[in-house]
Amino acid sequence: MKKLLICAALASIVSFTAAPAKAAVNIFACEPEWGALAQEIGGDTVSVYVASTGRQDPHQIQARPSLIARARSADLAFCTGAELEVGWMPVILRQAANSKIQPGSPGYLEAASVVSMKEIPQRLDRAEGDVHAAGNPHIQTDPRNFLPVADLLAARLTAIDPANAATYKTRHDAFITKWKTAIQKWETEAAPLKGAPVATQHKSWVYLLDWLQLKEVVALEPKPGVPPSSGYLAEVLAKVKAAPVKMTIRAAYEDERSSQWLQQNAGVPAVELPFTVGGSDKAKDLFGLFDDTIDHLVKGARQ
Amino acid sequence: MKLERMLGACAFAVAFRVLSPVQAHAVVTDEDLAQIRQSIKQLEVQHAEDKKRIKELEQRLKSSDSKALASQSPTSESPTVPPPPKADFPTTTASTVSSSSVISAPAQTSTPASAGAFNPAIGVTLMGTYAHFSHDPNKAPVPGFALGKDANSLGTQGFSLGESEVSLSANIDQALYGQLILSHPSEGGVDVEEGFIQTTSLPLGFTVKAGRFFSGIGYLNEQHQHAWDFLDAPLPYRAMLNNQLGDDGVQIRWTAPTDMFLQFGVEGLRGDKFPATPTHDGVGAQSIFVKAGGDVGVSNSWLASLAYYHADAKDRETVNDASTDTFTGSTDLGIAGLVWKWAPNGNPVQRNLKLQSEFFFRHEKGIFDDLADSGDQTGFYGQAVYQFMPRWTIGARYDQVSASNISDGLSGTTLDDLDHTPRRYSGVLMYDTSEFGRFRLQYNYDDSAQANQGVMFNYTVSLGAHGAHQY
Repeated sequence: MKKLLICAALASIVSFTAAPAKAAVNIFACEPEWGALAQEIGGDTVSVYVASTGRQDPHQIQARPSLIARARSADLAFCTGAELEVGWMPVILRQAANSKIQPGSPGYLEAASVVSMKEIPQRLDRAEGDVHAAGNPHIQTDPRNFLPVADLLAARLTAIDPANAATYKTRHDAFITKWKTAIQKWETEAAPLKGAPVATQHKSWVYLLDWLQLKEVVALEPKPGVPPSSGYLAEVLAKVKAAPVKMTIRAAYEDERSSQWLQQNAGVPAVELPFTVGGSDKAKDLFGLFDDTIDHLVKGARQ
Repeated sequence: MKLERMLGACAFAVAFRVLSPVQAHAVVTDEDLAQIRQSIKQLEVQHAEDKKRIKELEQRLKSSDSKALASQSPTSESPTVPPPPKADFPTTTASTVSSSSVISAPAQTSTPASAGAFNPAIGVTLMGTYAHFSHDPNKAPVPGFALGKDANSLGTQGFSLGESEVSLSANIDQALYGQLILSHPSEGGVDVEEGFIQTTSLPLGFTVKAGRFFSGIGYLNEQHQHAWDFLDAPLPYRAMLNNQLGDDGVQIRWTAPTDMFLQFGVEGLRGDKFPATPTHDGVGAQSIFVKAGGDVGVSNSWLASLAYYHADAKDRETVNDASTDTFTGSTDLGIAGLVWKWAPNGNPVQRNLKLQSEFFFRHEKGIFDDLADSGDQTGFYGQAVYQFMPRWTIGARYDQVSASNISDGLSGTTLDDLDHTPRRYSGVLMYDTSEFGRFRLQYNYDDSAQANQGVMFNYTVSLGAHGAHQY
């Protein structure tokens, strides 16, 4: 009994010191695009920590101590899912031991769970390179995918923080309206690109290509995540010479060498796209991300 | 020690409260389960129908007509009713199928519904080494130190199947995670390297691990051998922890709710492993540790740790050059470590640098071979590992131990350092075929007793479920 009393005393001290200073919902966003979306929907009622930047490969984030500390205090973990974070999130979740954000709880949200996935592999074999069983996880390259994710996020925020339900609804509705208008604008701007053949550096762009109806003629990686050998690049060169492409697109975090090489050897413009919020100076938020992406694509096609 | 026990008792009290289904809010009741099962069944039936709907929806998305999506307002979920475990699960109570549940259908129905779906994740690590040592690697004493059984040898001459292992892991339920790692040690047979359960949903940042596990006292100690940059343990690990300390017991960790990473841990161990000896009626070894870490800018991150380990030994037998020594007494060991990582923009894919160092301070007091023994030993290693381009990594390491402080009576015994500081220089070159395959070429110049040069060529690969890497 005495022990239990001391326990209670200790626990109360701990819980007092552990009480959050502000009422905001703490959101741990795995990637910058989800951090930006959380900010759009949550506004001042949420406090967002983004675990990675636009200059980092989301497959290969290290389970750094700072991430564990942030996950420890999070009310909501907002990730892509589809195994994109399989190399680091499980360690963070287990080390942080935060019951609120364990998979299966309302505080664990995977954007990919509400998006219809592309490139779901027929054959699961690591000889195929960096394949994801649930499909290509780079869903943020198509702005239309943000619509169902925004719905899901708003529902989860409402569940976690019912007191601010009205705020979430208002901000969600406003975002959806604004976003749809923006999508139309981007589609108009990108209309001339329709059907244009392009090369990609990594298979990160399937959703973007599908949205703007660009044709991926060749990828500079022989298999996802496998850097090209010189022999493979020679094959690419032959292919590109036979069927010219408008440009090579690559994400800001990727090594520029192979797309630069193709630019020098075949005159194919190498276009670096922000890929996510923070991937370029102009991609400060979600709207800036697609403004800049379309801008680069249109300019790249004109070169 | 009293406080440690108290904390342990507390954590257990808390654990049992959370685990008991009556009070725990996160526990799924039978009713919930039945409901979820029903939902799953319905989902299966609707699979074909849903597929059709997805197609329709994709068509609609293409034409940018997302009216249906916008109509799904967040407030359609009653805010006063607590949500089901997954708020986005299509619930049976929903009168109309909302658009988001239609979209979420593929993610749920694509998971296999067979009995095998609940199998634990299975991962296999294969390690194989070819080693050549200029002198017999089994005659490698470290003057001044009585070595544990595994630490007697520098490695195996020629081909050997290093530490190949199989790991099984899964969430046991909403409150527990479990992991079993079976390894094949070089002397043959099968060894349970780790086998533990760990809580995932204790409140206030606590987590409890119980079973057999690698102690949290050192940075390298917590990692599996296959995750080390160098193939072998540095000298202080070899001399003072028999390469690596894994034992049976309980570990409690608490992570502070701060932006800087701050974690405290205590362990109560059976004491089955060197430098302790089993005391079958209680706790044979205890440890306490604190870790802190954070980022410096976007390109740098660090982890520092401080640990204290205490063990009692009774008739601990160690073998040194065919003669057997015994020790009865206590071991107090302190370890301080720092790991610093750098990568341009924090993106380690192209280039990254990792610096790490650990210092060991030990005091052993007792009776060694019927002689009074009270001495201090120290040791440290420092290493730098640099990935200079994708797939290629080089590294260098220096390690040494020192046991200069012994009483006169012990001169001539194993604990006599013979006025020599055991040290070693190592270099390693690694080539990764992918994040699952690695080849290593390591060179050691070991100057512990007689100079012994070693060259090791090794592969370390991972099949199946690949656990995420620790920092």
